[in-house]
Amino acid sequence: RWRLFSDLLYKHNFSEIIQRASKIFVSHSQITRLYSRFHSLDKGENGALSREDFQRIPELAINPLGDRIINAFFPEGEDQVNFRGFMRTLAHFRPVEDNEKNKDPSAGEPLNSRNNKLLFAFRLYDLDRDDKISRDELLQVLRMMVGVNISDEQLGSIADRTIQEADTNGDMCISFSEFIKVLEKVDVEQKMSIRFLH
Amino acid sequence: MTVTYIHLLLLLLDPSSALMSTQDPPPSLGNHSMDKNDVDEAEGHFTVPIAFRVFSVDYHHVQAPFEIVLWIMLASLAKLGFHWSGRIPAVVPESCLLIMVGLLVGGVIYGVRHTAPPVLSAEAFFLYLLPPIVLDAGYFLPGRLFFENLGTILWYAVLGTLWNVLGIGLSLYGLCQLGGWGLEEVSLLHFLLFGSLIAAVDPVAVLSVFEEIHVNEQLHILVFGESLLNDAVTVVLYKLFESFLRMPSVSGVDVLAGGCQFVVVGLGGLCVGLFFGLVAALTTRFTARAQVIAPLFVFLYSYLSYLTSEMLHFSGIMAIVTCAVTMKQYVEANVSEKSNTTIKYFLKMWSSVSETLIFIFLGVSTIQDVHMWSWPFVSSTLFLCLLWRALGVLLLTAVVNKLRRNAVTFRDQFIIAYGGLRGAICFSLVFLIEDFPKKRLFITTTIVVILFTVFVQGMTIKPLVELLDVKRKKRVLPTVSEEVHCRLLDHLLSGIEDVVGYWGQHYWKDKFEHFNTKYLKRFLIREDKQPKSSIVRLYQELERREQMGETDEGKRERSPAIEENQTHSRSLLPEEMDSIRRILSTNLRNFNNKHITAYSRHTLHQDFTVDASRKACLRRHQSLGERHSSTQTHGSQWDDAGSQGACLSRSLTVSQSPRSAHRDPHSTREGSLNGPVRVTFEGLASPSSTYLQGQDSSSARMPKKLSFAFENEKGK
Repeated sequence: RWRLFSDLLYKHNFSEIIQRASKIFVSHSQITRLYSRFHSLDKGENGALSREDFQRIPELAINPLGDRIINAFFPEGEDQVNFRGFMRTLAHFRPVEDNEKNKDPSAGEPLNSRNNKLLFAFRLYDLDRDDKISRDELLQVLRMMVGVNISDEQLGSIADRTIQEADTNGDMCISFSEFIKVLEKVDVEQKMSIRFLH
Repeated sequence: MTVTYIHLLLLLLDPSSALMSTQDPPPSLGNHSMDKNDVDEAEGHFTVPIAFRVFSVDYHHVQAPFEIVLWIMLASLAKLGFHWSGRIPAVVPESCLLIMVGLLVGGVIYGVRHTAPPVLSAEAFFLYLLPPIVLDAGYFLPGRLFFENLGTILWYAVLGTLWNVLGIGLSLYGLCQLGGWGLEEVSLLHFLLFGSLIAAVDPVAVLSVFEEIHVNEQLHILVFGESLLNDAVTVVLYKLFESFLRMPSVSGVDVLAGGCQFVVVGLGGLCVGLFFGLVAALTTRFTARAQVIAPLFVFLYSYLSYLTSEMLHFSGIMAIVTCAVTMKQYVEANVSEKSNTTIKYFLKMWSSVSETLIFIFLGVSTIQDVHMWSWPFVSSTLFLCLLWRALGVLLLTAVVNKLRRNAVTFRDQFIIAYGGLRGAICFSLVFLIEDFPKKRLFITTTIVVILFTVFVQGMTIKPLVELLDVKRKKRVLPTVSEEVHCRLLDHLLSGIEDVVGYWGQHYWKDKFEHFNTKYLKRFLIREDKQPKSSIVRLYQELERREQMGETDEGKRERSPAIEENQTHSRSLLPEEMDSIRRILSTNLRNFNNKHITAYSRHTLHQDFTVDASRKACLRRHQSLGERHSSTQTHGSQWDDAGSQGACLSRSLTVSQSPRSAHRDPHSTREGSLNGPVRVTFEGLASPSSTYLQGQDSSSARMPKKLSFAFENEKGK
């Protein structure tokens, strides 16, 4: 543990980390846990993770959305993610707690708010970042999730139905606000949260 | 003269009997100068044996094993027929079938008034029939899931069983005291003993009925783990009460000592199992040159651990389970693929045979003269069993849900409670009680409870659950969008959990993994198998998933076509929504199963033989049609070759052939792909890039393997 701390000190600006981290995570041990995980993934020991480091996680490779999830960690056009970025992405999955809502109104919406969680999920569909899920993008993801057993016609009709249910302005695409509306009955906060500590 | 002539004939026809004949009438042989009568007699003595010895039937010689083998054969043939018919296994649990075969055999034996082979004795059961069943359950235990849910499983298994035992025992005692059914003289201990054996649940039997249930690996592991530990607890309690019965009087101190013994027995079994598991793992490290006997070590060491702990009066079940769980990961790394398959198949086979034999004993002893029947006792036992189980599950769940991340839903609780079928262990234990006046009554009651739970509960559970589902669905009808997006979120979350190393968050698990990797694995796993194990494992896993995706072809025919919805934008009928939902649930499910393990005692779902995978390829070939003709041949080529073995080395040879078929349409992409693809399989050289590249055209059909490499491309 102590060795990891000294790594933290050495490779990152410690106080900056804590300052940002305290907005993202509550406790000290959560930060150290995540850092030790980051460290164990970072085989090259250069303080940043590349896509190959993520691809080394076996279960992630089998996940149908694995590569898209990996992509979500890397900011636009970059190939390396440092610990700050790592934590920032994971911060979306922190459980929403009631007392946070009152904490700091000027700091803007926290990363783990419902809207930001949904935006994260939306971005998994919307690869070209045009703020719309087109039928093709939807079909791609559906095909990844569903496998080889469904014919293209059946899949197409499922995709059409999905768009039809969401689409309110008739552009045959799902915009972010339509996406939010469709999932209003789903308990997204609970579904998209990980308890980092038991 | 004629004598010697006949003797020669004998020698020609039947060499073995010739030996006997030389022994038999030595005096007459020697006396050629006999008078006529003697010669006739000697002749007659010789002519009769010819017809007799050439062809004789000696049934008694082989009776015992012959009958046992016949029983097993009959049950196996019945199973063949059972699985041949398509829909029956989804409705009727396999235990039903076994019991019916047992009843049939019992009927035949009863009709023939034959004396049966050795009746089920304590030794036969505890030493020969029980270990395979428990070893099978222990070996196929999904380790990670099990330990994640260990607290809940222990909660249900230990506390739940204790609750059931005490509840049933005490309430039966109370009812008998009050009821005036002529059972007052039966002591409390006897009732507690009865309670302990009737509480042994076997819910695994129910899992075979649930093919189309929603993804709920949590429920699976709860049920499976509970049944396993439940058996251990039951047997320990049973032996405890039995030893109490043998003592002249039981004082409070004795009860306390019994409680301590409970703990000691459990922990002792654990330690013995650990020891043997580690030794077995170490032994398999050296089996490279003698691969054929590697499976033998697994069985020998497990059985040895069982016997050792039985010798020390520890819990044999705990020992054998711990042994299996401990040695599994090291053994799988050390021994060859074929040995692994052998181990798995043999385990399934033996546990299947054991269970079959026990059920046949059940059937045989059902159809007999000697039954003691008592309506009130039997019906109250049935009722109390259901009641206490339901209450127990409800109460325990209420407590445990506060501590769990994923709550155990009401539907799950119903399945756990109602799916508590009694099985082989109950019956064996009741049979082994020492004789006392009302023993026959207990036996009869147990048989009735088993038959009731297996037939009635087993067959009605699925319709009832569907009723529950429908009711739940009527209240909240998820739209197709919600289903699709929720699946996305599920996959996303499981991916993030993998990134975070969610399981690695636990301090003790962390420590164990660290210890495991640093010391144990180095010590117990062969050197050449160590460093690449995770990649090879990943690769094999991907191959296996590929096969899984293909073997599920058969389900496609069941889902009705919904092409008519394409052009209309009207609201869909409930049936169509249901069909969409069913399609989604059937297909989306398979990807989220991180641990598709062999829960059923009767089948090994995930195991694929070369035949099965070839058949799957052929089916796929036919179903995909001519749309993908050129890519098709390539695809099946790859599959055929790839399915022959999940080793990296073989795939290298495969990749050469597709390369030429696909140079043209994909030449533009060749160069661009070398980047991201190169690093994913570190052990492979460039052939791997073309190997994956060749799949590009069929990426729509084999998405998960490919998207891994290609989405990086598309995402940029």
